[in-house]
Amino acid sequence: MTEKLGTGRDEVQLRFRDDAMPEGSQVTVDAFLEQADAEAVRIEPGDDARALLPHLSRIRLVEVNFPTFGDGRGYSAARVLREHGYTGELRAVGDVLVDQLAYMRRCGFDSFAPEQAFNEADVETALSRWPHVYQPAADAAVPIWDLRHG
Amino acid sequence: MYQYDQYDQAMVDARVEEFRDQCRRRLEGKLTEDQFKPLRLMNGLYLQLHAYMLRVAIPYGTLSGAQMHALADIADKYDKGYAHFTTRQNVQYNWIKLEEAGDILADLANVEMHAIQTSGNCIRNISSDHFAGAAGDERVDPRPYAELLRQWSSFHPEFSYLPRKFKIAVIASDKDRAAMRLHDIGINIVRNDAGELGAAFYVGGGMGRTPMIAPLIRDFVPLDQLVTYSEACLRVYNRHGRRDNKYKARIKILVHEIGAEEYTRQVEEEFAHLLEQGIEPPLAELERIKPYFAAPEFASGLTDRADRSDPDFGLWIDRNCQPHKAPGYVSAVISLKPVGGIPGDASAEQMHLMADLAREYSFDECRVMHTQNIVLPHVEIGRLYELWQKLDAAGLGAPNLDQIGDIIACPGLDYCSLANARSIPVAQKISERFAASGKGEALGELKLKISGCINACGHHHAGHVGILGVDRKGVENYQLLLGGSEAEDVSLAKITGRGFDEAGIIAAVETVADVYLEKRHDGERFLDTYRRIGMDSFKEALYD
Repeated sequence: MTEKLGTGRDEVQLRFRDDAMPEGSQVTVDAFLEQADAEAVRIEPGDDARALLPHLSRIRLVEVNFPTFGDGRGYSAARVLREHGYTGELRAVGDVLVDQLAYMRRCGFDSFAPEQAFNEADVETALSRWPHVYQPAADAAVPIWDLRHG
Repeated sequence: MYQYDQYDQAMVDARVEEFRDQCRRRLEGKLTEDQFKPLRLMNGLYLQLHAYMLRVAIPYGTLSGAQMHALADIADKYDKGYAHFTTRQNVQYNWIKLEEAGDILADLANVEMHAIQTSGNCIRNISSDHFAGAAGDERVDPRPYAELLRQWSSFHPEFSYLPRKFKIAVIASDKDRAAMRLHDIGINIVRNDAGELGAAFYVGGGMGRTPMIAPLIRDFVPLDQLVTYSEACLRVYNRHGRRDNKYKARIKILVHEIGAEEYTRQVEEEFAHLLEQGIEPPLAELERIKPYFAAPEFASGLTDRADRSDPDFGLWIDRNCQPHKAPGYVSAVISLKPVGGIPGDASAEQMHLMADLAREYSFDECRVMHTQNIVLPHVEIGRLYELWQKLDAAGLGAPNLDQIGDIIACPGLDYCSLANARSIPVAQKISERFAASGKGEALGELKLKISGCINACGHHHAGHVGILGVDRKGVENYQLLLGGSEAEDVSLAKITGRGFDEAGIIAAVETVADVYLEKRHDGERFLDTYRRIGMDSFKEALYD
């Protein structure tokens, strides 16, 4: 079972998109800004995702690295990209844990390449756990306060 | 009081199930302690010196009688018959078994309570004025705004892995009873010149090892932008707050390092962007919440005088009862600081009694104060004597609100794995010493606060007199600080000089009290005298 899942950093275990997976390699934000034809970029925690905003239309993949799960800058980076209309793949890589999956989905991540593979049953549980959300984010979930007031 | 609807209940129930699952995975060895730690911390479960400690959220400090009963039952069933009320208006249990943590959360969920976000690097339980809805000086009841922010901040997907914990306080008065400017965000609900309500935002306050008073960054945020502005404040922090050093990770350091002006500029920029995202709740939600906090049906034609023929009762009224906006009522403070007791501790029996008394005398409501006492917010003056007799019989009648015996103390080295020194025995000895000499009586208002390490859970920076326990070459040593205040006249206490051993710090507090008694002018509190005469007179007496 586990063999199938893929455990390497660049192996995508979960993908919530129907389009073809982008080919080619991801470059750093600095390199991306210098390469007019680059289509895939990798954000490190210290990078400001807003530097990518003028170039969103040519990006097919943004990879957001979580060197440690506790560094939550990537959540803001993801949401900012979605708020500015980015529709390409947004992939969380690194120290990504199953217990963070639901929040990451809400912030706009739609593919996951965790360093340590998720257990599939845990994934299912994590994604079906929450009946509602309290606040809007980058997903389509309707916040409780809107449900209350229709 | 706020009551859950099916949505709130469903979310809390889901959390119970999630945490049961996480505990199970830990107990089965499928999660390592390192992996489990952030998960248990999101649920208020700490691994302390001797056992797990569970911290339960009490939103804006407000409890019903039934909730207080449930907290007492938990103390009996899962702990050693005690609970500890904290400086953030929460409650903690110090002897919890991991195997039972899920059951406790389920018991809490039955009375619309939880431990969500009571620890971890997320937005913590939101605190407020303990006299909300009762104080004559408030503009409005601040709790509906706190409740709205509770909802917004619960399970927030973007702000659950912040650089560090994040604490918000909401008040709505020029009087600050919630240490508002010593929070990461302090909100004061104010009126603008047009008479409309809005929120003044103070950002970047805090205690800990680097105490800061929060600067005002926006004097008026319209109520229909409250959540959006809060989101902007948090996003700038999440983006730029320091993550290289745990001790420099709070927002106060960011605001200090880049300056309040630059921080504000970035917040305003993010705010302008977020306004276009439509993340604000409908105003109807605030209107839905407000009636839950509507004033109870106060009786009219009540007496405004109590029979004070019992002098002990008279003293308790003078000390522990606060004026109320409704004629014939007061807010009565139940001191959890008996002489020689553990500040903030209550037995299950006492909690059951307080729950009954809340129901009988205070419209089924009580509050936890950040000073680790309990308030019955709406008590008829004419019924105070019978209330007091019941409290006194249960060891809950200490007449010492804001007196030297009303000490704030963190759990210290007796419980806490972070502490360098014990806090509780020092508090107990000081309270005993001043009670025995009768000097406490003469001192009047003197707020004494003790922390067992520089993390400052005992608010020593904000004490009129503060004590900080440190480790000096393996020996407990106590530093003395003077001149702090957490109120509207907020200030940070200054250290007097070299520290003392345990006996020495108790004597030093007495020395400081003597200087005040000698130098005070009529009507001056300790703090006023300190501010007038300065540190030097105290230093001379302490060290020369």
